[in-house]
Amino acid sequence: MATNMLKERYSGKINTVTIGATKEQGGTRTSTVTVGGDSTMPFLHFEGEMPLKPVVAMEIQDINPEWHPVLNEVYADVINDPVAWAKKCVEFGADLIYIKLAGAHPDSGNKSPEECAKVVKDVLAAVGVPVIVVGCGEEEKDNAVLPVVAEAATGENLLIGLAKQDNYKSVTAAAMVHKHKVLAQSPLDINICKQLNILISELGFGPENVIIDPSTAALGYGIEYTYSILERGRLGALQGDKMLSQPVICQVGYEAWRAKEANATEEDFPNWGNQAERAILWEAMTAAGLLQGGAHIMVLRHPEAVRLFKANAEALMVKPEI
Amino acid sequence: MALTGLDIFKQLPKTNCKDCGSPTCLAFAMAMANGKASLDMCPHATEAAKETLGAATAPPVKTVKVGVGEQEVVLGDETVLFRHDKTFYHPTALAIQISDKLSGAELDAKIEKVNALVMDRVGQRIAVDMIAITNCSGDAATFKAAVEAVAAKANFALLLVADVAGLEAAVPAVAAKKPLIHAATAENWEKVVALAKANNCPVVVKGNGLDDVAALVEKVAKEYKEIVIDFGNTAPAKTLGDMVNARRLAIKKKFRPFGYPMLACALAADPKEEVVEAVTYVAKYASIVCLKADEKHHLLPLMAWRMNIYTDPQKPMAVEAKVYEIGDVGPDCPVYVCTNFALTYFAVEGEVVGSKIPGYIVAVDTDGASVLTAWAAGKFVAEPIYETIKACGIMDKVNHNNIVIPGYVAIITGKLKEISGLDVIVGPQEAVGIPAFAKARYPQLMK
Ligand code: B12
Ligand code: SF4
Repeated sequence: MATNMLKERYSGKINTVTIGATKEQGGTRTSTVTVGGDSTMPFLHFEGEMPLKPVVAMEIQDINPEWHPVLNEVYADVINDPVAWAKKCVEFGADLIYIKLAGAHPDSGNKSPEECAKVVKDVLAAVGVPVIVVGCGEEEKDNAVLPVVAEAATGENLLIGLAKQDNYKSVTAAAMVHKHKVLAQSPLDINICKQLNILISELGFGPENVIIDPSTAALGYGIEYTYSILERGRLGALQGDKMLSQPVICQVGYEAWRAKEANATEEDFPNWGNQAERAILWEAMTAAGLLQGGAHIMVLRHPEAVRLFKANAEALMVKPEI
Repeated sequence: MALTGLDIFKQLPKTNCKDCGSPTCLAFAMAMANGKASLDMCPHATEAAKETLGAATAPPVKTVKVGVGEQEVVLGDETVLFRHDKTFYHPTALAIQISDKLSGAELDAKIEKVNALVMDRVGQRIAVDMIAITNCSGDAATFKAAVEAVAAKANFALLLVADVAGLEAAVPAVAAKKPLIHAATAENWEKVVALAKANNCPVVVKGNGLDDVAALVEKVAKEYKEIVIDFGNTAPAKTLGDMVNARRLAIKKKFRPFGYPMLACALAADPKEEVVEAVTYVAKYASIVCLKADEKHHLLPLMAWRMNIYTDPQKPMAVEAKVYEIGDVGPDCPVYVCTNFALTYFAVEGEVVGSKIPGYIVAVDTDGASVLTAWAAGKFVAEPIYETIKACGIMDKVNHNNIVIPGYVAIITGKLKEISGLDVIVGPQEAVGIPAFAKARYPQLMK
C-alpha cells in the first residue's frame, strides 16, 4: 500500500435496500436486487466499502409513449405490449424493469386502477427480475392507482412511487401494508430531500425502505446541479446523517432522450455528427456522470447505453492495488 | 502546514517601508497569511525569504501552461475538492492522439479532422484543446517528421509522446510552440527534464502509482517545476484512486510533489467506451485527458460534461433580461417568452434561428432560473411575465396580440390572458419543437 494516501474517516454509510422478493420471501421473483452499503465516496476502494454494484432498470410504459425514432427502431415490435417489451429488456440485460403507468393519465387514456394493476401483474408474471412502478404523474390519479397496484402485487417488494413532499402519504401507506419499497422524489434540494425522508419515517416506514430520486437532470441540462446534490447528500450520509443515507435512483432515460443533442438530426446539425450515436451517448454519459456523483440505480432506455454504462460501472468496481 | 502571520513576518525585512501598500511589514505578513497578499508585492524580500515563503504560500496546485498564443492551454490552479465548495477553474483539456505511423496525405487528413473538432453548443464554442503525437513507429526521425507536419498545420497545442531519442529529435524543432513533453520516467528523467528545461517546455512526469510518482516529482522539481503528473493509467478505478489521493494531499496537506496538474490516458479501445471512461477523469481532477476518439458525435457529450463540471455553481449563467430580435424582424413576427437562464435562452434562440422565421424573444428576469424552476419559485408566472411584457414595450412593435409561452407552463395561460388581455399561445414543451410550431403557424413569414 502506498504511503502517500489521505483516507477520510467516516462514521456513516449508505443503507442497503433490497427490491424484489423470491418465493421464499413471499413474492415470485427469480432474482432480487440489493443496492447501497457504501462507506466511502464513489469507487474509492482504498478507503471504504463499495460492496454492491450499480444496477440498471430499463423503462417500459403501459401505452405507446411515441418515443424517439432511435428507440422506436429497437422497440417497434413490442412497444404496444408491455409484457413483450419487459421480456425484451431483460434480454438486453436489465437488472430491474421500471414501469411507468402513463396510460392512467386523464389525458392519455385514463386507465382505471384495476387496469393498471393488471399491467403490473402481467409484467410480474412474464419476467423474473424485480419491478419498479411509478404513476402517471397526475397526483390525484396516482393516489387512486398506486394503492391498488400495491395491493395487487402484495409481497413482491416492488419499488413504488413517486412519493413527494406534498403527496407521500397514500403511496407510503400502501407500500407499508403490502410490503414494498418507496421511491421518494425531491426537487434538487438537500433539505427537502431530507425532510421528505423524515416525513416518511414518521409514518413508521424506516429509511431501509426508501430509495431517493433527488431530481435527475440530463447532461447539458442541469446535470451539474444533480451531480453536486448527489455529492453533498453522499457526504452528509457518510458523516452520519441517517436521513440522507438512502440509495439513489436516477431517471436518466427520460431526461436524456428529450435533450436537443439527442433530437437534432445530422441534416440540421451536421457539425454535431451522427444522431443515433450522439443520442445513445447522451444517455450513457448522463448515467456515467451521475454514477460519479453517487447514484445506485439508473433508469435507462437504449440497450447500447445499458451496455456502455454497465461496462463503465464494472471497470470502476474492480478493486485496485494502490 | 499553513504558515502563520508571525512565521511570515520573521522572513520580511521589517523596515515598514510601505512599498507593498501595507502600513507595516506585520500587516503585510497578516494579509499574506490570509491569502490576501503575495510575496511579489514586497520589492525588498530576500531570495531566502522567496524560497521558503514562496513554497509555503504557493497555490495548492501549480498553474502550468502549454502552447502559445491562441493555442495556449492553462492547466491546474485548482483550490477545492468538490465543485460545490467553490468552483473548478481550468477545464480539462482534451488531447486527441495522432500516430506518427501516418504520413503524407493520410496524416494531413487526420490533422484536418482533428482541427475540425470545434462545435457550438448553447451559444458557446467548444473544442478539443491539444493534439497528442505518439511515437508508435518507434523511430526518432519518423517522429520528428510527423511532429513537424502536425505543428505546421494544427490549430491546437501539442503533446509529444515518445522515448528519449524521439523527444530529443522532435522537441527542439517545435519548441517555439511550447509543446508538453511526455514523459519523464524513473529511467530517463534526467535527460528528458534537461531537454524540457533547455527548450522551456512543460514536461509530464510519469510513474506507477502514488509513491513512485511522488519520489520522482521530488527529484524533478529540484531541477524544473513546469510539471504535469501521469500516474500511468492501468485501470480506471486505480487512476481515480490515485488522482483523488493526490489532489486531497495537495489541497488539504499542501503536499508539494502532488501540487501539479494531472494527465490521464483513456484505456478503452472503442471510442464510445473511451468517452464514457473519460467522464470519471474529468469529474475527478484530470487537467488533461488523452483520447483516440475523433468523431464529433463522440466528443460532443464529453465536452458538454466538461462544460457542466466546470461551470461556477455560485452563479447560474444568465443573459440580459430584455427583448432579443432574431433575424429580420417585422410587425407580423411572433413573440416568444422565455427565462433569462442562459441555457434556456440559447435553447430557444437556437431554435428560433433554425425555424427561419424571424421573431422576438422576451427573456424575463428570473435570476437565471430555468422555466420550471422559475415557475416553481414564482418568478415565471402570470404577473412578472405581464410586467415584463408591458415594461419592454414589445407589443407596440408588433401588429398582433399574441405571445408564445413555453409548453411546460401551459398552466399559467388562463391567468396570464386574464390580467394582460393578450392572446396567450401555448408553444411546444421543448424548444426543439419551435421550428415545426412556427412553420405550421406562420407559413407566410417563411424565408
Ligand atoms: C437544475 C434545476 C434546478 C437548479 C436551478 C437551475 C437554474 N438555473 O434554473 C436549482 C437547484 C437551483 C433548482 C431549484 C429549484 N427547483 Co429545480 N430543477 C432543476 C432541473 C433538474 C433542471 C432544470 C433545467 O436546467 N432545465 C434545462 C432548461 C434549459 O430547461 P427549460 O428552462 O425548461 O427550457 C426548455 C423548455 O422549457 C423549452 N423552452 C424554454 N423557454 C421556452 C419558450 C418557448 C416559447 C417555448 C416554446 C419553449 C421554451 O426549451 C428548453 C429546452 O427544451 C429540473 C428538473 C428537470 N430534470 O428538468 C428541476 C425542477 C425544474 N425544479 C423544480 C423545483 C420545484 C425547484 C425548487 C422550487 C425546489 C426548491 N428547492 O425549493 C427550487 C427553486 C429555486 C428558486 N427559489 O429559485 C421542479 C419544478 C416543479 C414542477 N414542475 O412541478 C423540477 C421540475 C424538479 C421536479 N421534478 O420536481 N432547480
Ligand atoms: S514592502 Fe516589504 S519591507 Fe516594505 S513594508 Fe511591505 S513588507 Fe515590509
